[in-house]
Amino acid sequence: MKLDLITSLYVFMLAAFIGFEVIRRVSPLLHTPLMSLTNALDAIAVVGAIILAGEHKSQLAAILGTIAIVAATSNIVGGFLITDRMLRMFKSSGPKRP
Amino acid sequence: MPTETFIEITYLIATVLFILSLKWLSSPTTARHGVWAGEVGMALAIGGTLLYRGIVDYKLVAIGLVLGCIIGVPLGKVAMTAVPQRTALSHAFGALCVTLVGTSEFYLRAPNISPFLMAVLSMEVILGSLTFTGSLMAAGKLQEILPQRPITYKGQNFVNLGMLALAVAIAAILAMHPEQIKLFPAMIIIPLIFGVMLVIPIGGADMPTVISLLNSYAGLSAAAMGFVLNSKLLIVAGALDGSSGFILSVIMSKAMNRSFTNVLFGGFGQIQAAATGVQEQRPVKSATAEEAAAILAAANKVVIVPGYGMAVAQAQHKVRELFDALTKRGVDVTFGIHPVAGRMPGHMNVLLAEADIPYDKLLDMDAVNGDMAQTDVALVIGANDVTNPAARTDAGSPIFGMPIIDVDKARTVMVIKRSMAAGFAGIDNPLYYLDHTLMIFGDAKNVVGNIVRELSGGDAHH
Repeated sequence: MKLDLITSLYVFMLAAFIGFEVIRRVSPLLHTPLMSLTNALDAIAVVGAIILAGEHKSQLAAILGTIAIVAATSNIVGGFLITDRMLRMFKSSGPKRP
Repeated sequence: MPTETFIEITYLIATVLFILSLKWLSSPTTARHGVWAGEVGMALAIGGTLLYRGIVDYKLVAIGLVLGCIIGVPLGKVAMTAVPQRTALSHAFGALCVTLVGTSEFYLRAPNISPFLMAVLSMEVILGSLTFTGSLMAAGKLQEILPQRPITYKGQNFVNLGMLALAVAIAAILAMHPEQIKLFPAMIIIPLIFGVMLVIPIGGADMPTVISLLNSYAGLSAAAMGFVLNSKLLIVAGALDGSSGFILSVIMSKAMNRSFTNVLFGGFGQIQAAATGVQEQRPVKSATAEEAAAILAAANKVVIVPGYGMAVAQAQHKVRELFDALTKRGVDVTFGIHPVAGRMPGHMNVLLAEADIPYDKLLDMDAVNGDMAQTDVALVIGANDVTNPAARTDAGSPIFGMPIIDVDKARTVMVIKRSMAAGFAGIDNPLYYLDHTLMIFGDAKNVVGNIVRELSGGDAHH
């Protein structure tokens, strides 16, 4: 258990570094889609909610887990939909690339 | 292969796809691949999770997924002008999910929780619940259900920090004595109230910073949930979201010339409070749409500086017509976008892209400032404080030091504005009294429409 937590800290630290380096390069043009996309990805928390609701270990866990699935799924669906809609709108004026 | 290993492999692939997703977002040409990678990663991870042997009740899971889709689809189809409030709402949903899972985990495991685990669990529910109510408040203000005006009172920071300290103290007690189960609800209720109090003093102009900050909190709480559930995938996703929100908060606070600590400790409403300067009655030059059209038609290089006023007046499509009319006449038209123009990071870019303005014409502050001296006309549409030269020259101004778009350095400045009333921050803008500034009074959509009509109706020669 204790080793797991240390490993988790390593993973967090490395992911935060990757996040900084990758997101620093995102053009300010796309900051709004960036926020909606990271929000959709963040909703991966749904896997925790699915296990909680699915395991049905207690009445409370099942109910809260189901509400959590609803909240996270709506972020996944809504987040990806709106990000794609926004990105489709960004068109270049030059005939360089279609 | 055992199912557990298979599930872990789907998670590993999902993690890679999530990182690629953000990497591809760096440029508009590859950005849509990013969405695709994110979707595949998400589908893999959810599919893998559904195979988990511990799941006995698929009915609840199915109900949750279906209801989530029913709510999510309309949230993905809102108008582009409503994107800031939709984003705030989605931060609230994300935080709700994390808080509920954290709460359930506590009641399932207590009192057998190690101090370290209790600490991350506390972080998960504290950040989650304050982000939940804070984001709901932000969404309410942006949707104008709640008053946009900042509400401040004496000792606000003291009350807020006190509440936060109390929540952290309860977390510390629980880490040492996890058997004190009855303390747990307080650790949720206090941050819920704190979230409301945190956003109450924040006005509309500060929303970009607040939304970014709440984004960061939502990410960090999800990462904490990953620690509790020992899910590396969730830790990575939360860390990516957290660092994205953090970077955006830093960019936004720099663009408003606030230190990051100032932002963190509720310095939000302060500009408004400090700004009750003397309103001078000085003459301004005004122009009609006809005169403006003549000047624009004679220009070689025009920079348009949009602000939240353009979004409020829904003028972006008329602005596109103006862009077309001028471009057709051979005028070089670009847009200068200040990082905090609008109500969230990148807000103006999305609105202008929706109006079909090519993204290579949307330039950031530094790019347009470099060329400003060679610019014939700077046309300000619904922006105010981000063009205020007092930020450069007047050390007594509340926005002194804030980077601005130097429209005053253009040969002619035109400002489309409803009236001479001070802007949102209540700060007088010396730009309006300059000799080479022309004020065009009226609703942005009507004024731009009139200019376009003059341009297309008038004769074509310069």
